[in-house]
Amino acid sequence: MVSLSSNLLLIAFILYLCATLFFGGAINSKKGQVEKTNINKWGGIAVILTVAGFISQLGFFILRWIASGHAPVSNMFEFTTFFGMALVGAFLIIFAIYRTALLGLFTMPVAVLVIAYASMFPRDITPLIPALKSYWLYIHVTTAAIGEGILAVSFAAGLIYLVKMIDQNRASKRTFWLEVVMFGLITTLGFVFVSSAFSLADYHEKFNWVDKNNNPAEVEYTMPALTGPHKGELLTKGAFEPILEVPALINAKKLNTVIWSFGGGVVLYGLLRLILRKRVAASLKPFVKNINTDLVDEISYRSVLIGFPVFTLGALIFAMIWAQVAWTRFWGWDPKEVWALITWLFYAAFLHLRLSKGWHGEKSAWLAVIGFVIIMFNLVAVNLVIAGLHSYAGS
Amino acid sequence: MKDVKCECGHVNPHGTVLCEACGKVLDEQEKDKNLLDMRYEGSARRSITYNKTIIDKIWNFFSSVKVGVWLIIVTLIASAIGTILPQEMYIPPVMPAEQYYQDQYGWFGKLYYQLGFHNLFSSWWYLVLIASIGVSLVICSLDRVIPLYKALKAQRVTRHEGFLKRQRVFGITKNAQTAATLPLLKQKLEAKRYHVREENGDLLAEKNRFSRWGPYINHIGLIIFLIGAMLRFIPGMYVDKVLWVREGETKVVPETNGKYYITNNKFILQIYDKNKDDQVFGEAIERAGNIPKNYQSNVTLYKAEGNTVAGEKPKLKKLKDFGIRVNEPLTFEGFSLYQVDYKLNELNKMSFALTDKATGKSFGDLTVNLNNPDTKYNLGKGYSVELLSYFPDFEFGKDGEPTTKSRIPNNPAFVFKMRTPDKPKGETSFVAIKQTIEPFGNNKYKLKFRGIATNNVSGLTVRKDNTLWAIILGGIIFMIGVIQGMYWNHRRIWIQNKSGEVWVAAHTNKNWYGIKREIEAVLADTGLQMPYDQLQRQQNEIEKEEA
Ligand code: HEM
Repeated sequence: MVSLSSNLLLIAFILYLCATLFFGGAINSKKGQVEKTNINKWGGIAVILTVAGFISQLGFFILRWIASGHAPVSNMFEFTTFFGMALVGAFLIIFAIYRTALLGLFTMPVAVLVIAYASMFPRDITPLIPALKSYWLYIHVTTAAIGEGILAVSFAAGLIYLVKMIDQNRASKRTFWLEVVMFGLITTLGFVFVSSAFSLADYHEKFNWVDKNNNPAEVEYTMPALTGPHKGELLTKGAFEPILEVPALINAKKLNTVIWSFGGGVVLYGLLRLILRKRVAASLKPFVKNINTDLVDEISYRSVLIGFPVFTLGALIFAMIWAQVAWTRFWGWDPKEVWALITWLFYAAFLHLRLSKGWHGEKSAWLAVIGFVIIMFNLVAVNLVIAGLHSYAGS
Repeated sequence: MKDVKCECGHVNPHGTVLCEACGKVLDEQEKDKNLLDMRYEGSARRSITYNKTIIDKIWNFFSSVKVGVWLIIVTLIASAIGTILPQEMYIPPVMPAEQYYQDQYGWFGKLYYQLGFHNLFSSWWYLVLIASIGVSLVICSLDRVIPLYKALKAQRVTRHEGFLKRQRVFGITKNAQTAATLPLLKQKLEAKRYHVREENGDLLAEKNRFSRWGPYINHIGLIIFLIGAMLRFIPGMYVDKVLWVREGETKVVPETNGKYYITNNKFILQIYDKNKDDQVFGEAIERAGNIPKNYQSNVTLYKAEGNTVAGEKPKLKKLKDFGIRVNEPLTFEGFSLYQVDYKLNELNKMSFALTDKATGKSFGDLTVNLNNPDTKYNLGKGYSVELLSYFPDFEFGKDGEPTTKSRIPNNPAFVFKMRTPDKPKGETSFVAIKQTIEPFGNNKYKLKFRGIATNNVSGLTVRKDNTLWAIILGGIIFMIGVIQGMYWNHRRIWIQNKSGEVWVAAHTNKNWYGIKREIEAVLADTGLQMPYDQLQRQQNEIEKEEA
């Protein structure tokens, strides 16, 4: 059952990838500015593929649930794949309202990236530690992920807006930051490529090292160590010797992964620039030529409107109920809790700026992008870097 | 101040921008605009009308959304900084915080500590920030909700031309026959759940006005929540105590005025086992090693009967047996007991044999209960041992005298007096783990170590939180308000006769796409033209010019 479930995830992944291509094909450049975007044949196929992928991933989720006896949202791999699924689901809902294929072209790659990223974490079915044994775990985590998925759609729409509206003829702060966003997405891909490559090559090297409390410890790298651990002593013969030794306070292995991913990102981005001979955002411009900016702006805003209450419910209210039951207090200023609060405050500020200060259009699109960055920060950095009660033992 | 009478006859409060009844533009500045600012229906808000006294100024400060957003952003950034290093409550209690931050994180840690970020969330300025958000919430809501309510209530069906023309969605159909189409329009609008009013052949279709109150309701929820959070500072509202109970021990539950007691029958720690537990977990267990499965304290809860006199052992009535686990607290009368910590194999009993050092002959055993030791141990036949002093957590003090660090038997030490028939005055012996000192010269007898018994200890948290009702109520009201304001939109469509033409205008507070589609459906087959989105038109023109 476990292997069947994994296959379903793979199928979903491939279907999403195909759907992305079809969404790309669905952008018909002959049409003029229209409010109602009629879906052409390509778009129809793309939607069908997306739905099929979603169903397949749902199958993965359900089978894994049955196999493990608990909802599969209890480690980094499971949670992140669920977030990917929530993103696709959120896209389908927003798509049902606005029916624009372009949204698919921008949302589906993000979902694909998220799932690929998830697959880089250990995929074992982990038994639940006592604190996680609660129905509130499922309720809290799934609702929060769905909320974040809906908010991520607003990011995709915001991105479309920015690609369309930012003048690429001359370099500016706006073109720079938009490229930074593109680079961020590409770096995720870089991480996936680099991790997969070393995992295919079955790369391992072991170190003895001394932790910050002066205790000896052992660590195993799965990528060549550019940054070695504090007082590290390489145990694996013939393996790569670290270039730099970092202080005990910093997790050398994670830093190493970050550097490799960043390197992978730089290479990929560089290649892309060489092939495209212009900014990545500039080469996306033809796709968005005929989109109605007002509509995209509204889609972005609407996603926040739909997502904000769901996020509040899942990431704050249900979280507080669970914390009260599991940890004796509904709020404890744990880093993950604080970052949920920060995300929530940010979107509250977004809504106020939009409603009362009239921040529409480009400003609103930038805010949608920043909101997504905060969500990803909470998902990635807070889990992996800032350790707290919530940190899934991902490495 | 003077009220303003509009030409339609309605009397508006001073400061009104758009007549509450007919929408005529009263403010000269607003007249130049192509589109009206419809946010609060152009009603007279205190904050934009008065700015003289100090109270006006304070009011205006807090009712400004700009200020509100700044407060939110500053809180957000401060909170983010507060997560860079662990907060004081999460650091291990190995050394004072002041040292710890510098020791672990160097100069940055020191700076972090000095700036007070180690205890950010209970620092006065963080609380001031939150409180300011609260004040701002109250004032900005009051500033807007009352005039908005009055304006929406006073609105009439027939609107001023200037009002209609300056709506974002607006269109004119010439030579239309409204008289015939009016009933059809009305019927179609009502089918879309609009509330339709008719006056002089003009229509006003309106729906979901209640959604306009969403923000104010969610703000009320937030305020109740914040008040709930403050209630915690009232004595008695909030109890947070740690209770360590050993297996077999009965203890009073703190803060219950001696009314409740619990006995810890057993503490259980279970670890996942690769061979016994579900096979699918095999790999994960292999990778991670020991994964805890269950922490559980089996306890019995008692209630003290009758009057409890201090110092006297009360009569206890058993209420129930319960297994306290993580996620499954024991709850009674507003109190909850949570499983939060444990200590395995704490020393509990120690036994010795009174032995003749030379011959090794033993004259009987004694067992000392380390948590509640007896002072006399009679071994029969004239042999007895007396416990003169007991140091549960022994160390040598600064003056070289033995003392105890705590009352927990981590490192027990004893001063015994051994009385035997041949030494009736007794010999004194200082016994600690792995050492014996004979302070008054060589003894004939010694207490030979025989063995220990250990015990598990459960760490429970005793919690009472009488503020939860406010927190829950605030949360529920917030959610209702947010959903009300975000999942519904206030839509209005005006269809009116002006100088022989039919004017259609529409306004919604959000989701223009939705209202336009609705108008399209309503106007289909009526001979009326679909109105334009004037904002979009402007934008398209700009884009065309640029292209
Ligand atoms: C964490 C704090 C806050 C939260 C979560 C919050 C939440 C909200 C939400 C969800 C809305 C509705 C937005 C929409 O429907 O698009 C709203 C509206 C509003 N809020 Fe807040 N708010 C907060 C603080 C404040 C503060 C401090 C102010 C005062 C300056 C304020 C003033 C307003 C105003 C004026 C509106 C618009 C009402 C309208 O135009 O009808 N809010 N708020």
